[in-house]
Amino acid sequence: MSALSELSKLKSKGPVTAEQRAARRKEASHDNKAGYLFLLPWLVGLFVFTLGPILASFYLSLTDYSLIQSPNFLGLDNYARMLTDDRLHQSLQVTLTYVGVGVPLQLALALGVAVLLNKGMRGLAFYRSIFYLPSMLGGSVAIALLWRQIFGTTGLVNQILQLLGFEATTGYVSDPDYALWTLILLNVWTFGSPMVIFLAGLRQIPTMYYEAAALDGASRISQFARITLPLLSPIIFFNLVLQIINAFQAFTQAFVVSNGTGGPSDSTLFYTLYLYEQGFTRFDMGYASAMAWLLLAIIAMFTAVNFLLSKYWVFYDD
Amino acid sequence: MTETIAGEITAPRTAKDHVRSAVKHVALIAVSLVMVYPLLWMIVSSLRPTEVIFRAPGLWLNELYVENYSEGWFALSQAFDWYLVNSAIVVSGAIIGNLISCSLAAYAFARLKFRLRGLWFAIMLMSIMIPIHVIVVPQYILFNAFDMVNTFLPLVLPKFVATDAFFVFLMVQFIRGIPRELDEAATIDGAGHLRIFGQVLIPLMIPALATTAIFTFIWTWSDFFTPLIYLTSPEMYTVPVALRSFLDATSGSNWGAMFAMSIVSLVPMFLAFLFGQKFLVKGIATTGGK
Repeated sequence: MSALSELSKLKSKGPVTAEQRAARRKEASHDNKAGYLFLLPWLVGLFVFTLGPILASFYLSLTDYSLIQSPNFLGLDNYARMLTDDRLHQSLQVTLTYVGVGVPLQLALALGVAVLLNKGMRGLAFYRSIFYLPSMLGGSVAIALLWRQIFGTTGLVNQILQLLGFEATTGYVSDPDYALWTLILLNVWTFGSPMVIFLAGLRQIPTMYYEAAALDGASRISQFARITLPLLSPIIFFNLVLQIINAFQAFTQAFVVSNGTGGPSDSTLFYTLYLYEQGFTRFDMGYASAMAWLLLAIIAMFTAVNFLLSKYWVFYDD
Repeated sequence: MTETIAGEITAPRTAKDHVRSAVKHVALIAVSLVMVYPLLWMIVSSLRPTEVIFRAPGLWLNELYVENYSEGWFALSQAFDWYLVNSAIVVSGAIIGNLISCSLAAYAFARLKFRLRGLWFAIMLMSIMIPIHVIVVPQYILFNAFDMVNTFLPLVLPKFVATDAFFVFLMVQFIRGIPRELDEAATIDGAGHLRIFGQVLIPLMIPALATTAIFTFIWTWSDFFTPLIYLTSPEMYTVPVALRSFLDATSGSNWGAMFAMSIVSLVPMFLAFLFGQKFLVKGIATTGGK
């Protein structure tokens, strides 16, 4: 049971009579003390490190706080500033491209490979490890440095292109037309973790469905379209929501590849990179907080739209 | 996840099936090669002089140039083992913190009845999805006010109060699979919640705890954003921040030395991956599966 389906299950359970409520309260009161004692560390963390900061962040977004001087209240000035901030628009465009192209590519590859790997084939464990490994290492600085070399002027990609007889002099990471695409490729390369989730989902589909379809003469393609896709749709939905949320927060790769600048020509200026720059190199913490709220709003909007659209393509069989 | 599949006992395989299976393996091996080639090439490159790295796309080595490792080790203001120790301290703190705090919260959510449990549980689930950027500025201000910037505390303290709610959820799911009869038997024997938690559930939760420990290890070891913000002086740097400063420190980029230290930084992660794979796959699969 995934976190998403848990969330959608948390709806009201219908009307409750006063008696039931009383009975429930009596029963519930039994463990109150122990419950809150065990929950205490988490509650402290929630208030001190999550809820408190969220409220503080909202307040700061209405000020010009810079860590040195006490904050002046600006109202919505920071938000108005966003409307005319060209670098912010650029960073939004970069991030939306990264999410819009990178996530579908990554999920398509993850699903394709998972389907190939399904059906108890030989060497499953081996392939799974090979494909999963980059997901575990992909977010590290070491891999970002590797990427910087691979797509540099004298990097691995150009060496291979030269071997194949092409004239290869483009430094992809230093060319504004290509730099973002090298990072999208890095994201696609880490398709292993959604793939593992797809594999787990594929295992839940009873093989008798396929057997029955095969008896009826259904082709592999129509089996995939009529059985696999609908039955896997909750898992596809889960991966989609999760990977979109993750992709919006991508930071390390862009930071290392551009050496913190978001360059060349702001072509890899991810939203988080610009937020970091405003907050922690210029210490314009008010504006950075406002940016964080815009990010939260965008992610929430994408997630909400996902949930709304899911009605039309996600099938729950329970 | 079991490795046996019901569909395996089917009709004898025809020639067509064999061709299909061969094609599939060829495709998978091709993808595998593309996937691991950059990693293998980095390992090989770490054993080549930098000039050779610039013209060798292949994986063959004429000679071992291990000097990259000694050069890289001493290229920064501290020897590299210093940063490894820094990272080890942070990672150990994070693992201990996550194991204790997340398991306590998970026990409460999975086994105890208390007022507003449903509400707290929903908040816990939603907190998994909140981007760190929304809370990082006020957190920084808070730690700055307590004079904790440039110490390891901002990286470790939050773990002791279960801020990685993902692991709370993982453990709740796991505990739900443990029969309640065990707790009830212990209650009849007069055990309190602390004893049920410590002596009945914790031993049974080893797989979930191992998953948490390994994920915490890998994620904390490779975390770049938080240390970049909080650790300001080079002697406090963790491995990723130190690695990044190679770009500034070695002018003209000594790729050989940089790759050598990149490999060093990946070894602990790779070992954790190797030994923890079974748990990692299960952990990630149960969060997405039904």
